[in-house]
Amino acid sequence: MTARTDTQSAGWREWLTTDTPQSRAQARLGRAWAGWTAFRRNRLAVAGLLIVLALVVVAALAPVLAPHHPYAQDLNNRLMPPSAVHWLGTDAFGRDILSRLIHGARLTLMIVTLVAATAPLAGLVIGTVAGYFGGWVDTVLMRITDIALAFPKLILALAFVAALGPGIENAVIAIAITSWPPYARIARAETLTVRRADFISAARLQGASSLRIILGHIMPLCVASLIVRTTLDMAGVILTAAGLGFLGLGAQPPLPEWGAMIASGRQYVLEQWWVAAMPGLAIFIVSLGFNLLGDGLRDVLDPKGD
Amino acid sequence: MPTLKRGLTLLVTVAATLLGLLLVTFLIGRVVPIDPVLSALGDRANAESYAQMRTQLGLDLPLWQQFLRYVGDVLQGDLGTSVLTSRPVLEDVLRVFPATLELATVAVVLGALLGVPAGVFAATHRGRWPDHAIRLLGLIGHSVPIFWLGLMALLLFYAKLDWAPGPGRVDVFYEGMVDPVTGIVTVDALLAGETEIFWNAVQHLVLPSAILGLYSVAYIARMTRGFMLDQLRQEYITTARVKGLSETRVVWRHALGNIAVPLITVIALSYASLLEGSVLTETVFAWPGLGLYITNSLLSADMNAVLGGTLVVGAVFIALNLLSDLLYRLLDPRAR
Repeated sequence: MTARTDTQSAGWREWLTTDTPQSRAQARLGRAWAGWTAFRRNRLAVAGLLIVLALVVVAALAPVLAPHHPYAQDLNNRLMPPSAVHWLGTDAFGRDILSRLIHGARLTLMIVTLVAATAPLAGLVIGTVAGYFGGWVDTVLMRITDIALAFPKLILALAFVAALGPGIENAVIAIAITSWPPYARIARAETLTVRRADFISAARLQGASSLRIILGHIMPLCVASLIVRTTLDMAGVILTAAGLGFLGLGAQPPLPEWGAMIASGRQYVLEQWWVAAMPGLAIFIVSLGFNLLGDGLRDVLDPKGD
Repeated sequence: MPTLKRGLTLLVTVAATLLGLLLVTFLIGRVVPIDPVLSALGDRANAESYAQMRTQLGLDLPLWQQFLRYVGDVLQGDLGTSVLTSRPVLEDVLRVFPATLELATVAVVLGALLGVPAGVFAATHRGRWPDHAIRLLGLIGHSVPIFWLGLMALLLFYAKLDWAPGPGRVDVFYEGMVDPVTGIVTVDALLAGETEIFWNAVQHLVLPSAILGLYSVAYIARMTRGFMLDQLRQEYITTARVKGLSETRVVWRHALGNIAVPLITVIALSYASLLEGSVLTETVFAWPGLGLYITNSLLSADMNAVLGGTLVVGAVFIALNLLSDLLYRLLDPRAR
């Protein structure tokens, strides 16, 4: 039995690591496997991956995992220290902090996903178009990018939220609006390195339209460095969103957003420290996870970065 | 005339960037769901005075004319009046800015004093445990929510250990005892010869500036490491070693001397980001600077103050970016 699994896995490994892949799928899987083996050797990066996966699992299973309802108040048990019933203690309304943190993971994941789905995409489109067409298109787009790059991000995000009104959606919009320029720069740089390549000329001579070349040939080549940068930025996004929540501009009570939870625990911090300490710890662990993961991914996907 | 041409290009870039910033603050001011006429007149204005005020504020003009008017006002130093303090915003901003400057300056000095040696040490121990430890510490520094760290530091060093004073710039009974000449309490206390107040202010600075500075340590250390590794690969380093110079001299004199210019750029850039990043630190430590001013105005929907403060931070941010660029060109012969 054991012997058979061994030969089977050896067969798989050989199929994945062969120098002469028989199909496109095999080549792709082989490259992914090579990346994974390199990534696996970086223990910190694997820890980061596990933290991020844990965030996803906790967010998905929040109602199952949370021992109490996140909004259930119990005024007889307010500000209770960590105990067997309330592992991380209770807040000023007697709500279970652990349960609120578990449900708050959903908000964090939502913010991260929304920003990651918008800002890098906008940057990718702007950067590839500018790099591919060159000339005045490039000049105009990159001037705008440079100007936006020189703005103070956090303060502008604050001003945007102040204008749009507090709330988690507006916080996401403000963060996305202020964070696209670096992605445009990266995408343009990657585009410039490939746009004179022979395979692009070949595609053009076969009659492929600019749209087709950008979408089908250039954008896929920019994705690796954009993923690395996005992952590294996600820690910053989490911290900014938490900062907005802390200032009362992000998610509004009673939503269990981690930054807002710290703000509500602030007035008790000298006596009932756990109310503010626990959500901060959660923010720290999750953003450390993204930082470790991004750092490891950079080594695997973008060796030039070091 | 390449220098002149480059100078002109730089000037145009800066002007365009500032104009872009003005456009953004202008547009933010337009999308606010607060009616500027009503906030100037009060809710009970009748239709006639409403229309009059509207014309007076220029709100009946096309958008681009309103923008030109706005740019003209800002260039004359008119950032509007704060609803909260009923003083001109510029006056308010100038009053609170020195506090932010003081905090960010001490923070960036701390950041450079820790970050540069850490980066050099990481580079000379590349791939070994000090390198990994410094890299991990950097990642940790970039993962901690700064406002939370501030609260926890107050809890530990102020409430539990009593090593540091509480929030604020000086103890309550020293408040307002020195004349604000520069607005920087430590400097003002020295000017007034009040050494006791000076030391009190220094003690109040330690915690917030250390926490703010922590954020720049990671960045400065990482950049130093990168620059240093580039230098240590070069042949002149081998020559210096072969000549018999001590390793300390090779690393700290020869190599570090050659990366001084890009390092200054990096430090100037982190200075800019610390000025901006002080918003959250100031809120936690009740530090009466620009960040606290902006957040207090935000919470009372005082848009003139928010946008005026944003504009000033933005302008300083852009100026520091420009300064680091200029320094680089001036000091590095290769960039000339």
